[in-house]
Amino acid sequence: MLEDKTSKFVLFGGVLIILAGAFAPNWIVNQFMFGFSRALAIVGLMVLWRTGLVSFGHAFYFGLGAYAVAILDIQLGVTDVFLRLLAGALVAGLAGFLLGFILRNYRDIFFAMLNTAISMVLFGIVVKTESLGSTDGFAISMSTIFGLAPETKYPLFVIITSVGVIAALLVNYYLKTTYGRLTTAIRDNEIRVEYLGFSVAHAIHLKYTISTILAGGAGALMAMSLGQVDPESMINWTVSGELVFVTILSGPGNVIAPFIGSLVFEVLRTYAFELAPQAWQLIMGATFLTIIFFLPGGIWSLLEKLGGRKNGK
Amino acid sequence: METFLTILLDGLQFSSYLFIVSAGLTIIFGVMKILNVAHGSFYAWGAYTAAFFIGKFSDMGMPDAMGFLIIIAAAIVVGLILGFVIEQGILKYMYHRDEVLIVLATFGLFLVLEDIILIAFGTDPYFAYQPMALLDSVELGGIIRDVYGLTLIAVAALVALGCWYLLNKTKWGTLLKAVIYDREMGISMGINVPLVYTLTFIGGAILGGLGGAYIAPTISVAPGLGTEVIVLSFAVVVVGGMGSIAGAAIGSIIIGILRALAVHELPQVELFVVFAVMAVVLVFRPEGLFAPAKPRKI
Repeated sequence: MLEDKTSKFVLFGGVLIILAGAFAPNWIVNQFMFGFSRALAIVGLMVLWRTGLVSFGHAFYFGLGAYAVAILDIQLGVTDVFLRLLAGALVAGLAGFLLGFILRNYRDIFFAMLNTAISMVLFGIVVKTESLGSTDGFAISMSTIFGLAPETKYPLFVIITSVGVIAALLVNYYLKTTYGRLTTAIRDNEIRVEYLGFSVAHAIHLKYTISTILAGGAGALMAMSLGQVDPESMINWTVSGELVFVTILSGPGNVIAPFIGSLVFEVLRTYAFELAPQAWQLIMGATFLTIIFFLPGGIWSLLEKLGGRKNGK
Repeated sequence: METFLTILLDGLQFSSYLFIVSAGLTIIFGVMKILNVAHGSFYAWGAYTAAFFIGKFSDMGMPDAMGFLIIIAAAIVVGLILGFVIEQGILKYMYHRDEVLIVLATFGLFLVLEDIILIAFGTDPYFAYQPMALLDSVELGGIIRDVYGLTLIAVAALVALGCWYLLNKTKWGTLLKAVIYDREMGISMGINVPLVYTLTFIGGAILGGLGGAYIAPTISVAPGLGTEVIVLSFAVVVVGGMGSIAGAAIGSIIIGILRALAVHELPQVELFVVFAVMAVVLVFRPEGLFAPAKPRKI
């Protein structure tokens, strides 16, 4: 499972980033933490995007993961980073698995809209429920690792990067299995896939569940990196839009793309916000349109082109 | 009885502006098959433009009745400019692309337009109460209502009537229906489809702007307006059936009354109710509650 170029690159890159992080200044470590947390969700959305499905509501699972961490922290005092991550991924994955029975029958904008509706239901509940923190959300206590409270952010950064590497390797492997290869096949022609003897519904259900587990994990990691959760930046439909934005920005070409795309997104957002606090959404929106128009394969296709040129292809 | 009347009137008032906005959204979807996320921005632009000029004219000592002219002018100007620029500048080049990709492009536009509002109008809220103050209030079945809110219902009814007339009684409506039914056949029969698209988009944008402009005097016009209204409009068109004016009317009444009921009886579920209904309708009748079932793949 680790023989191919992508896997080697992921492993090598992951180790390099973890080592480099030890010497990097704090703000860079932070950017990587946010970027890689989000990237986990993007990997899942990429799998759906390859199948031709765009969810405009994955903030539901992102938010579930984040709020699972917050509620475990407040109700039970769970601070262990692995327990938190597991809880976030499990809660979101379970919800995704159950809702998947319905959503696997939907395509195109109906798929996008039903996801939006579901995520807005959760948004509506959280915003109006005092015990769920309402619009203010919760602050989350520092994560501990096997009972030890780290003094810097570095250990959490190492864990987030490692989780990202593992997820990238697993999804990369999955995409090469028979069911994984059904992604683009389903997008191209569902009926033929059925004739080949595969259940499109099952294939989509599996992909959907994978994407929700990853989105939940991403939400949990993001909650831990930020140290707080709130509905506006975790569950509202604009968050779902943001996730889709990063997916398109990254491109569906490779599992590495979401990580690069998410980092670009973080840097873009930080700089756009610093340069023009009134206009950062404008810059993002314009970037988004540019990508849709001129770079349908996302950043990855750009890298591929550059790489191809270097190799003289 | 009084609570009932309050809920009914609140609900209808809420339905009214939702209908005006959603009618624009649903016309654009019906004709062009574009689910326009940027529609929320048309609404916000309408609200800001109206609020800004109502305030300006009032400061200049103009009579408050001017406010109503400004509202209509704001809707038309915003719709014409934004509709024309966006359709001709961006969407025109996307018609051959995937439906979902066009949705994403309009989301990008939404982000851009939201920030242009911030740059143009700043972050402080605007209050354009003059037209509302002008009309005073009346007693109605034991409760006091401001007349402006009641005119909102009348305006929505007018918009509905206008749409119905345009679609069913004019040559333009026939052309529009032909394009909705079969675009390619329309082209081969000599209909200028690109022109129909441009005019439809502008018309839809004007309705979006009108919803915002007319509601502006009753609210504080602040950032984030468009974000909320666009998902509510999605709920409306989904519940009623996408692409149908009657559907938008029924959808907005259902959503409006339900929300008013929730606000008065159980405020915790205010938002939940709207989207739960949307989700349930999508699960059981994805083509909308009152739309005839079509053999379209969902």
